[in-house]
Amino acid sequence: MTDPVVIVGGGQAGVQLCLSLRKSKFDGPIVMYSAEADAPYHRPPLSKSFLLDKIGEDKLPMRPESFYPAKSVALHLNQAVTSIDLDARQVLSGNDRQPYSWLLMATGAAPRQLPVDGAELSGVHCLRSLDDSRAIKARLNEVDSLVVIGAGFIGLEVAAAARSLGKNVTVFDTADRVMARAVAPAISQWYQDMHLQSGVSLRLGEAISSIGGNNGQVTHVNCADGEVLDAQMVVVGIGVIPDAGLAEAAGLHCDNGVVVDEFCRTSDPFVFAAGDCANHPNPFAAVDRLRLESIQNATDQARVAAANIAALASGGAAESSSLTSYKAVPWFWSDQGEHSLQMAGLSFDADEYVMRGESTANSFSMYHYRSGKLLAVDSVNMPRDHMLARKLIEAGVSPGAEQAGDSAFDLKALLPSKA
Amino acid sequence: MPKITYVDADGTEHPVDAKTGVSLMETAIANNIDGIEAECGGSCMCATCHCFIEGDWSAKLPAMESEEDEMLGFAAEERRDSSRLSCQIKVTDDMEGMVVHLPAEQN
Ligand SMILES: Cc1cc2nc3c(=O)[nH]c(=O)nc-3n(C[C@H](O)[C@H](O)[C@H](O)COP(=O)(O)OP(=O)(O)OC[C@H]3O[C@@H](n4cnc5c(N)ncnc54)[C@H](O)[C@@H]3O)c2cc1C
Ligand code: FES
Repeated sequence: MTDPVVIVGGGQAGVQLCLSLRKSKFDGPIVMYSAEADAPYHRPPLSKSFLLDKIGEDKLPMRPESFYPAKSVALHLNQAVTSIDLDARQVLSGNDRQPYSWLLMATGAAPRQLPVDGAELSGVHCLRSLDDSRAIKARLNEVDSLVVIGAGFIGLEVAAAARSLGKNVTVFDTADRVMARAVAPAISQWYQDMHLQSGVSLRLGEAISSIGGNNGQVTHVNCADGEVLDAQMVVVGIGVIPDAGLAEAAGLHCDNGVVVDEFCRTSDPFVFAAGDCANHPNPFAAVDRLRLESIQNATDQARVAAANIAALASGGAAESSSLTSYKAVPWFWSDQGEHSLQMAGLSFDADEYVMRGESTANSFSMYHYRSGKLLAVDSVNMPRDHMLARKLIEAGVSPGAEQAGDSAFDLKALLPSKA
Repeated sequence: MPKITYVDADGTEHPVDAKTGVSLMETAIANNIDGIEAECGGSCMCATCHCFIEGDWSAKLPAMESEEDEMLGFAAEERRDSSRLSCQIKVTDDMEGMVVHLPAEQN
């Protein structure tokens, strides 16, 4: 019997690999290890509807328990892989040795820790896992104010959720605008206005120097300018670090994550990587390689890895030319308050922004261009613009600035007609 | 607990006892029906939970919100009059006997 396909990490990419392998009629055994006690679940609601109790824990699992046996996937929960022997093609989990035919590294990422005194106090939270979200939810019930460090997606989602629960919320970020790394300035401005209007206090361009406490419990934050601000709870959302320690220790080439080629293959031909941990070449990026942290990226890379593992397993893909490469348009979303932000493409160093619709009308999009080429579109409450942007960017079609800026112009007409 | 039947693109039928109040997407996932992918987990962001509602049922369902309408225009398989996003429809008692067809491709 052939050795199983082994997956390290029971998250978005891991589950998708199972789904896609079975869809492509791969019928060999699959073994999945997860360091967590909870079976794979959806992370996006953890900073959104779950915090607000709009959905309960029963809605979080990606697939029901019965899915794993039904798909012949041996799911090992609460069991971290501790080392990998590339030569023997085995993973080790404690004393258990598990041989593999192909291996997927789908270890995700871990929250970046705030490098200040007091970050270890009780009441200082980060948000990556269901356990983190449970803890935040429980604490939110007991406090009436919180400080959020980091005005990125997760920080702002938590801020908006806490505000709608009636909490006093203060958000700090060293950047001078919210979501500065990800969206156009006009989008940042619109979101700042929205959060201010809802009563969130934004402290942009400001750092905190330490977190203070009493009896191990957080009580305040010390701002860099000397101000002391009461804080019954702190949520830190300052980005993530790829979980690549295991891969690195095994000898896989790592550099800001596990380095993969366009086929999602690592430096070892029997090992693939997908999702937040994978540093990959991306045809939509202006840089040679990067990591993306999104459902889209984890899902689509797992699809690519599955196609390639299935092809290799059937002996049908000795040549690279018959492998599938990763070329899906990046997209992402964030729900803050009642508003839906959707992003398509990658908005590196745009040199021109065009607005479609009116920001005062609460539904509009920003088109990012570089040298006349459409790079990305950020849409606020405009799902149609977003879906269209995904198609335009995929097809490499760049509407002229006047066309993008004219809401009466039908951008769909620019798409090549379906064959 | 109405009985709802999902039909794969190849004609395979999956009759299920659906729970009221749960979406048609969640019902399919809970029953390990593969024709629904639901990449975004029901956030109306991915259109990989596309389905076709058979016959008169289509007209009896609550009308769609504009978001669902917009997303459907970009589903992997061409939209039809009977197209819906299954994550946006909650099961109700009067759906007894409803038949839901699934497309061959969701992405
Ligand atoms: C609160 C929150 C909100 C988000 N919202 C959105 C959103 O709105 N839209 C969007 O597109 N994306 C969102 N994301 C990002 C998205 O969830 C991630 O990009 C996605 O989950 C990445 O999938 P993954 O499989 O790479 O990693 P993960 O889903 O993180 O899974 C990795 C798993 O591997 C496990 N693991 C690590 N090391 C080992 C080991 N040695 N042995 C065994 N198991 C191991 C981890 O414990 C984890 O369970 C959000 C993320 C968070 C945390
Ligand atoms: S599950 Fe994504 S749109 Fe329905």
